Amino acid sequence: MITLAHYIVLGAVLFCIAVAGIFINRKNIIVLLMAIELMLLSVNMNFVAFSRYLGDASGQVFVFFILTVAAAESAIGLAILVVLFRNRATINVGEIDQLKG
Amino acid sequence: MSVDLFLFYFFAAVLALAGIGVISVRNSVHAALLLVLCFFTSAALWLLMQAEFLAIALVLVYVGAVMVLFLFVVMMLDIKTEVLREGFIRYLPVGLAVAAVMLAEMIGLIGVQAMAIAPPPDPAGASNTAWLGNALFSDFLLPFEVAAVILTVAVVAAIMLTLRRREGTRYQNPARQVEVKARDRIRIVKMPSAARAATVEGPTP
Repeated sequence: MITLAHYIVLGAVLFCIAVAGIFINRKNIIVLLMAIELMLLSVNMNFVAFSRYLGDASGQVFVFFILTVAAAESAIGLAILVVLFRNRATINVGEIDQLKG
Repeated sequence: MSVDLFLFYFFAAVLALAGIGVISVRNSVHAALLLVLCFFTSAALWLLMQAEFLAIALVLVYVGAVMVLFLFVVMMLDIKTEVLREGFIRYLPVGLAVAAVMLAEMIGLIGVQAMAIAPPPDPAGASNTAWLGNALFSDFLLPFEVAAVILTVAVVAAIMLTLRRREGTRYQNPARQVEVKARDRIRIVKMPSAARAATVEGPTP
């Protein structure tokens, strides 16, 4: 029998993998975006699991909206990345310091 | 071990290994392809939870659209991976430590209570899509419309960000093409026809 804990622990494991990926790939924007996608996937996993085990449709509807916003986010993020590469010829996070923050 | 539990462990193992691969492989194209595997495996896991609509939507939207976009960008940009990999080893211990601590905390929060929660009978009945559609188009109609607007804005923004007018290139102006009138392009000239010209001037020898 698959219990709720199985899915939540799987979501936690996936989220932690993504967090580690953000730490160790801090120079490469593309892998950072992929790690963010992994995080969103783990959150979606939790939403679907709770929706199924509590018998409430709201969780799955929310996953639908998360998918929408994530698709928009990755489209705009990649567009920004293309513009950045066109202007600076690099996607190294260490060299993107024009704002002097 | 029942079949569904075996399937769950199999898919969970594939998902975790593919996730580790995404963050650790050297080549960004391989990372994108492993992320595709992650989404596919998640879709299978959602199918195990009878969330068919979202599983198919995940494959269509992510594998079909978002990851193709990722692959396009990765292949379009000329990336030197050696420069981007510096600091990988240096930040590996702290990254692993933070991830392990977070994992321990989250599993501690989940606790043993959730272990006992068995799946209730499927509330969706026969059709998960109908169940989801009823909720989506009654309680969540306004957010649904807002999501559509967000997608449209994102498409327009992505196009506008990457659009550029280069000097010296020839391009069409659709507005001017549409508003052109017939008389701008052709001029009607009145000319006597050949037979009429013959009667006026007389037969030529």
